[in-house]
Amino acid sequence: MATAVQIVERENYLNSNYGIKSWLLTTDHKRIAVLYLISITAMFWLGGFFAMMIRLELLTPAGDLVSSDTYNKLFTMHGIIMVFFFLIPSVPAVLGNFLVPLMVGAKDLAFPRVNLLSWYLYMAGAITALTAMVTGGVDTGWTFYTPFSTTYSNTHVIGAAIGIFIAGFSSILTGLNFIVTIHRMRAPGMTWRRLPLFCWSNYAAAVIMVLGTPVIAITLLLVALERAFNIGVFNPQLGGDPLLFQHLFWFYSHPAVYIMILPGMGVISEIVCCFSRKRAFGYEFIALASIAIAVLGFLVWAHHMFVAGISVYAALVFSLLSYLVAIPSAVKVFNWTATMYKGSISYNTPMLYAFGFIGLFTVGGLTGIFLSSLGLDVHVHDTYFVIAHFHYVMVGGMVMAYMAGLHFWWPKITGKMYPEAWAKLSALLVFVGFNTTFFPLFILGYMGSPRRYHAYPPEFQVLNVLSTAGASILAVGYVLPMIYFVWSLRYGADAGPNPWNATGLEWMTSSPPPTHNFDETPVVTWEAYDYEHQPQEEITVGH
Amino acid sequence: MATSDMGDIQVAERALQHHFADMEQQRETSSFGMWMFLLTEIMFFGGLFCAYLVYRASYYHAFVEGSQKMNITLGATNTAVLICSSLTMALGVRAAQMGKRKLMVVLLLITIIFGFGFLGIKAVEYHEHWVNHEFPGPNFHFETGDPAHPATDAQHTEIYFSLYWAMTGLHALHMVIGIGLVAWLVIAGLMGAYTPHYYNPVENVGLYWHFVDLVWIYLFPMLYLISKKH
Ligand code: HEM
Ligand SMILES: [Cu+2]
Repeated sequence: MATAVQIVERENYLNSNYGIKSWLLTTDHKRIAVLYLISITAMFWLGGFFAMMIRLELLTPAGDLVSSDTYNKLFTMHGIIMVFFFLIPSVPAVLGNFLVPLMVGAKDLAFPRVNLLSWYLYMAGAITALTAMVTGGVDTGWTFYTPFSTTYSNTHVIGAAIGIFIAGFSSILTGLNFIVTIHRMRAPGMTWRRLPLFCWSNYAAAVIMVLGTPVIAITLLLVALERAFNIGVFNPQLGGDPLLFQHLFWFYSHPAVYIMILPGMGVISEIVCCFSRKRAFGYEFIALASIAIAVLGFLVWAHHMFVAGISVYAALVFSLLSYLVAIPSAVKVFNWTATMYKGSISYNTPMLYAFGFIGLFTVGGLTGIFLSSLGLDVHVHDTYFVIAHFHYVMVGGMVMAYMAGLHFWWPKITGKMYPEAWAKLSALLVFVGFNTTFFPLFILGYMGSPRRYHAYPPEFQVLNVLSTAGASILAVGYVLPMIYFVWSLRYGADAGPNPWNATGLEWMTSSPPPTHNFDETPVVTWEAYDYEHQPQEEITVGH
Repeated sequence: MATSDMGDIQVAERALQHHFADMEQQRETSSFGMWMFLLTEIMFFGGLFCAYLVYRASYYHAFVEGSQKMNITLGATNTAVLICSSLTMALGVRAAQMGKRKLMVVLLLITIIFGFGFLGIKAVEYHEHWVNHEFPGPNFHFETGDPAHPATDAQHTEIYFSLYWAMTGLHALHMVIGIGLVAWLVIAGLMGAYTPHYYNPVENVGLYWHFVDLVWIYLFPMLYLISKKH
């Protein structure tokens, strides 16, 4: 009798119907999240392949593995893929898509069909950009600086720009969907002050997506038009101003770095509370810090242009404003630490990744302050110091957070547990590999090694070899989860609705959740992260 | 009367998507979504407006020279056409709200005609500029009328025309999309999709249409009416 009951599988979003059409035409936010997961994973490996080629070339001082032209294409395609086709969609489009409706207690995002459209736009953009890459590549760097990109480069700039242009609209639509969902679709009782911090930070990122992305879209369109028709808006020969391009580009691309970190910060807030069994220290401050970062992030763009020819006074102001961004960022770091203080901490994989995030983001953020200091930036601008800075925030920060989130919510997404021991090993490998890869670059940059060259003086070799060795460890650290996640789909233990005893509406439904998320609309009467007061049984039982 | 009202409510119920609690929530959500979308549109055009401001400040003379080549009569006519189209659009939304289906369809059709009128007039202007070599690129040619700043002005007017084509072109593209959307409303309206209980697509397309109209209201003075004095 009892066994017969177990065989009947509960209906969920994965087994509700099968067949390729039921996936490609789905409007279920959870399935769209899975579509994104598969697509961006593919892009991650492609971008990773280019990264490995770069690191291999830099193993020796001579430019021997690839020509300088090929090298230019390698780092350009690495940057374009990783920024626009992996990191920007990573946490929002995969975890955010899956979790935001669940966390606010809704049946779906506000505009399910628009959500599907966003995935198709992403794919169309990715295919366009990949076509440009396969048919000859691009060599402008991911920044597309004019007039090189508009006049002198002989590569497929237009294709790549159009690809990013299209993918940009996918990001705009995702952001729009999040904002409207969080405003209008919250379950009864889910007030703004009870909203999980993951939703707050995705909301802040969504504001940037909605306000910033259209600007990069029009800018890249102008680059494409200028190449096609020689219209001269950015061409100094015709009186156009290349600096205007940089302003418009960074007006988006600096805020975009916060698109790439804020959702990750949300993941960390969830995980730190759960594995410390404590409510978030200074919930309001963490939530509002996200908004503050989104706002301030729009006011600092010219710190990328200190040596490009902007006026001294403008540089002073932008330097000062850049310092200010560090305040809300630090608020978050301090509050996470304070949340852990006297908590009963358990060291599961998500928490290990979260530790990694906090440490590495702090290094990345602090070196951002170095770079915002005018005097220092003149010295280290366009050196490996900048490369190290942004990899600490983007890879050490956001990719770590993405991995943390994937492990944390994998049981919810698939209903299966990943193997904990292997996962801990992978977290360790990623941390060690990451630091070995990127810390030497700080020193290299400080010694004056410029970025974007395929050869370098022999005295820089030791640090470069170290870095390449670290990259190999890092690669193993990323391959492992790939294997055991797939393995767990078949062999993983059943997760049950709430393996971590976590709070949050997403844990109150079965794993994987049913298509409509909740059997009945939840009514919220408690604060977020009520780990101290809410009796645990109330969370775990019932299913 | 009562039966038709019942029918209306049924149409509305069919239009309620599964993930909303009620029509009220659906209506609020979709119009909020549209406002957000228009915000992204403002930022989208914003990049061009920003470029315009920068170059107009740097090359004021050239911009004055370039704007001399604009046909103010056609531009003003087009402004009037668009304002009229916004009026018929607004009346169309009102008709939908009151459940006057035929009136709505007629008003939307008039809106479409105004839309095509605008594009037609714009095409005439584009043609004029094209034959006069006022299109940026290798064939661009410009004789400045101001002997004080001959060569540089001639060159910098190319930037003026680049912006002119980019801004009005992008606006025209939005008009084309708008006409498509209104045509879709007409078809759906004829099939009885909208009732006083459910007309938010009409309202949202209306918002879009007014937005596109508003962009032109800015473009017209910025491109056509720059001071004539040197
Ligand atoms: C504490 C806040 C931060 C500050 C004050 C800051 C400051 C800076 C500055 C001044 C530069 C320009 C360096 C130069 O080119 O000479 C820079 C570069 C960069 N930063 Fe940050 N940063 C911060 C956080 C972040 C975050 C969170 C990310 C991404 C997640 C990020 C990604 C980047 C990237 C990608 C570049 C290099 C762009 C390029 O030239 O290719 N930064 N940062
Ligand atoms: Cu920046």
